[in-house]
Amino acid sequence: MSKTAKQEDVRFGKFGTVSFTKTTRVNDFIDHLENGKVMATRCSQCGEVFFPPRADCCRCLSSAMQWQEVSGSGTLVSFSQLKFAPIGFDGDLPYSIALLDYGAFRVFGRIDSRLDIARLRIGMAMQTVVNRLPNGQLNYVFEPVD
Amino acid sequence: MGKVAIIGVGQSKFVRSYPGSIRELAFEAFKEAALDAGISAKQIDASVLCSAPEYDKQRSPSAIVAEYLGLNPQPTFYVETLCSSSSTGLKLAYSLVAAGLHEVVAVIGLQKMSEISSAESQERMGRGGDIQWESPFGTMMPAYYAMYAKAHMARYGTTLEDLAAVRVKAATYGQINDRAVYRKAVTPQMFTDPAEMMAGPVASPLRVGDCCANADGASCIIVASKAKAADLSKKPVWILGVGSATASVNLSGRDLFTGLRAAEQAARQAYAMAGVGPRDIDVAEVHDCFTIAEIMAYENLGFAEPGEGPELIRTRQTYKEGRIPVNVDGGLLSKGHPIGATGGSQIRTIVLQLRGEAGPMQVKDPRIGLVHNIGGVGVYGNVTILGNQ
Ligand SMILES: [Zn+2]
Repeated sequence: MSKTAKQEDVRFGKFGTVSFTKTTRVNDFIDHLENGKVMATRCSQCGEVFFPPRADCCRCLSSAMQWQEVSGSGTLVSFSQLKFAPIGFDGDLPYSIALLDYGAFRVFGRIDSRLDIARLRIGMAMQTVVNRLPNGQLNYVFEPVD
Repeated sequence: MGKVAIIGVGQSKFVRSYPGSIRELAFEAFKEAALDAGISAKQIDASVLCSAPEYDKQRSPSAIVAEYLGLNPQPTFYVETLCSSSSTGLKLAYSLVAAGLHEVVAVIGLQKMSEISSAESQERMGRGGDIQWESPFGTMMPAYYAMYAKAHMARYGTTLEDLAAVRVKAATYGQINDRAVYRKAVTPQMFTDPAEMMAGPVASPLRVGDCCANADGASCIIVASKAKAADLSKKPVWILGVGSATASVNLSGRDLFTGLRAAEQAARQAYAMAGVGPRDIDVAEVHDCFTIAEIMAYENLGFAEPGEGPELIRTRQTYKEGRIPVNVDGGLLSKGHPIGATGGSQIRTIVLQLRGEAGPMQVKDPRIGLVHNIGGVGVYGNVTILGNQ
């Protein structure tokens, strides 16, 4: 093994059914997923909260960020169930993508595959939970708040 | 009268698979535009090439196209804003001419989507959004627009029949446009009969018939300064307003799902620059990559109030004889959508309309026309207003 290969931090390669990029300065996001937490980042200087998490604040240009858990519930903004998938996602069909609005930020992701989409209503309260995919990858999904 | 005129327009046929190279495809549109303007390559001061580079095998395609069209040693520029690349190219050409840097500029839009294999094309389909935070969930363009359709239906009671009606209108005009890739008629029944291809589910609530077809094609628009236009052209069409805006790629950055903010903002800019409003538009081309996109365009352009877009298609107000004819050339739905060429094709349609040369698609005596061209899922909004006086 070469020295550079050892140093490369490719944790983000674990995100989603197929990950399209392995390196990012918010790679700790994956460690939090492993620990069952979906995290946003909060700018230490101006307080802006970002989801998806960012390494840098575009509001005040600070790069001092703190992790903050995506907790509580958001409301379902919209969703769609796919009957065709891009390469690498066929095994997941049918699946639904969706957006939750948490007020200070929004979260784009998938609906829990065990959920009957006939139960979904725009405006309903849902929460974001960590999900382990059959291929060992990690993502997060939305499930109703009961 | 504006500062910059369109003096020549051209478009290749839009086809499923073009049997030639991208430079040859570009030539077809360029030749028609140059003959239309009555000029040669030597009279063109600069060129702008517009395409989505993920489909081009040729690296830096602007150079090879400029070479093939005889546009050396003039400068060339390469512009990309996905599906709205050639509207962005037109804005760049407008700026170059209005700033006095060049007098005659050719804007060439092209896409040979069949340049890459269908497997490669399918792979690219999965990277249409934010590749870090969205694509790992398995996203595709139809599914993103489907989320807008779902939100519009939930908020305003828009129906699947309304969406189908947009496709039926597009097919009405696709049948009389000999440049269109889809020349067949479409009926509302095709959306309700499960045996029909059109009714097949893609991403709920959108069906096969709600989605436009990929195509290979090229377009060319030649613009000139006021002085040059007076010299060269008997029938200049004036660029009265150019508006453009952006929105976040990731849907988590959006605050509206019943319309496209970038389109609203681009429209506002273009109307203000042209000094006109929605009621002054006599004919329009809108970016109907999906049926829902046309309904949202009616509202974002001010042809209808928010939520009242479906009423325009229900009452046939956007047909050729209606209050505001829209996409009477078949739109993206029937004409086809060769990404980089689409905006130029829309501009060409409006130029022909304003000159009274649109043949069987001609609307009655239009004076002001509008083009609405969107890149990505509302990431890039472009609105261009043209006039014949
Ligand atoms: Zn900050």
